[in-house]
Amino acid sequence: MHLSSLVEMVESGFDDRVLLGDESSQITGTDFGFLVRLGATQVHNKYTSVIYVGENHPLLPVGLFAAAWAGVPFVPVNYRLEDRQLRSLIERYPNSLVLTDPLTADRLIGLSPLIFDDWLRGLSKIDLEEVGPIEPAENDDDVAVVLFTSGTTSEPKSALLRHRHLMAYLLGSVEFGSATESEAVLVSVPPYHVAGIANMLSNLFSGRRLVYLQSFSAKVWLETVQREAISHAMVVPTMLARVVDELDGEIVEHSTLRTLSYGGAKISEKVIRAALAAFPTTGFVNAYGLTETASTIAVLGPDDHRAALLSDDLHVQRRLSSVGQVLPMVEIEIRDELENVVGAGESGLIYLRGEQVSGEYAGKSLLDSEGWFCTRDQGSIDSEGYLFIEGRVDDTIIRGGENIAPAEIEEVLLAQVGVTGACVVGLPDDEWGQRIVAVVVLEAGHFVDLDELREAVRATLRGSKTPEEIIVRDSLPHTETGKMLRRVVQSELLACEGGTQS
Amino acid sequence: MILKPGARLISAVCAAEMMTVKAPKTDLEVTIGGVAIIASVAARDGSVAVVAGHDGGTLMGKRYVDEADTIELLCTKAGVGAVAVNGELLQLKEAKALPASD
Repeated sequence: MHLSSLVEMVESGFDDRVLLGDESSQITGTDFGFLVRLGATQVHNKYTSVIYVGENHPLLPVGLFAAAWAGVPFVPVNYRLEDRQLRSLIERYPNSLVLTDPLTADRLIGLSPLIFDDWLRGLSKIDLEEVGPIEPAENDDDVAVVLFTSGTTSEPKSALLRHRHLMAYLLGSVEFGSATESEAVLVSVPPYHVAGIANMLSNLFSGRRLVYLQSFSAKVWLETVQREAISHAMVVPTMLARVVDELDGEIVEHSTLRTLSYGGAKISEKVIRAALAAFPTTGFVNAYGLTETASTIAVLGPDDHRAALLSDDLHVQRRLSSVGQVLPMVEIEIRDELENVVGAGESGLIYLRGEQVSGEYAGKSLLDSEGWFCTRDQGSIDSEGYLFIEGRVDDTIIRGGENIAPAEIEEVLLAQVGVTGACVVGLPDDEWGQRIVAVVVLEAGHFVDLDELREAVRATLRGSKTPEEIIVRDSLPHTETGKMLRRVVQSELLACEGGTQS
Repeated sequence: MILKPGARLISAVCAAEMMTVKAPKTDLEVTIGGVAIIASVAARDGSVAVVAGHDGGTLMGKRYVDEADTIELLCTKAGVGAVAVNGELLQLKEAKALPASD
């Protein structure tokens, strides 16, 4: 199926239901369909893609679906990139309609940017009868959305999501029209992240009103949840940590929030425990997925969260740090270096297969001949199917022939009182091949004995996984969605070493 | 008629509307409430009634499939008429509800 069908479904199922907009504009399913058709007339036969570069906008879905209806890809670009990189990404897609926000427009001189609000105003002046409506595109093998990978290790790559991938995700995991008219979702993830796209699609599909946060701040997020009686929200771990900080121990009794889902990066157990305590009546959902899998492929649901909190069983408790069980329409295998499937509890590389799994970059599919996609994430599955993510295989430290996942050590460090950030990397070592170095961020005004930290790791894991060195820093570099830039830390440490040796 | 994924099906006798999720590439006769579907809501004139035996209804958001699992339709607007293909009443497809992850 094609995303243009979703427009017709929304028109049919939610004709008079308000789905989008803010105080000044309330957009029903019928209004939405009309705007999409108008937008498509502007794109059809004129542009080969629609780029959006800017903050979230209440009517952003009109841009994505106008592109879909007209049969061209929607390409959201990270407006926070520095000018040179931003322009080079946009220039990869010549002959595009470049939509933007007022702040970003000034940085796009020469690229014919059009401010999104001006584009919408232009649409309202079109007489659809006069220009003639265009037929919806229907080839579901066409590219629907292009997303750039965060480029933490190299130049950003264009990941391609075709209509059939996105529709497979929707049809497989969301029930059409399952939301009631009083439900509303607060979207605070940026539009250039796969979670932002999935948020938009799955909530339109379920008939839930979308309220957009222009850009995230914990204070505004909490105020908006209250003002708009938000029932659902999705955040990245960094945002959840800031919300917990902002509450400063306050407990939100009877929150309107029924579901709060988080994902996009690894969360520390301290943060999720604090969040569960802060929102005692809210159901928490941990979602794991990748850009290349059209978002979520595994979920840890509300019952799993509470069960882990209340259980005496260590196995059940441990699931709080898992990403839950794989969705029914996705297949998973954990394989060793020789690509043999390993047993329950054993670590290996995560392979995925399913209709929503794209595994494709511009000009290159990474799916093998049987349709499997290697995520390059390392993990294990317990005897009851709970998936544990252990980090990127490219981050693995090899010390004395032993493979060590930095995330495991970071988890122990983060669990210690006074530690708010931890990054573990391997540095070259003559004796061991690599040695383990940890960089930690400490809570202001808190004294932490670094020897005790090392001792904590030794006691929980074992000697070979204990950092040889622990360095204290004021902060660690992250992407905006909260993924730690481990490579940056590693190269900085390497540069320091080089400096002291010379 | 040949149904393509994404094709809309509109009842002539009740409020029901469906979306084609999958269908075989063969000529199909689709009825809702026992009466042939129509091209647009505007063409519904209220002159025909639901046929007995085709009054099981369709529910919003639910999927309907045939015995052989060759056709799947998704209800986008509920109605009192039941949907049938080549005379066979389609059955409700049970799906496990998943927690909202986004």
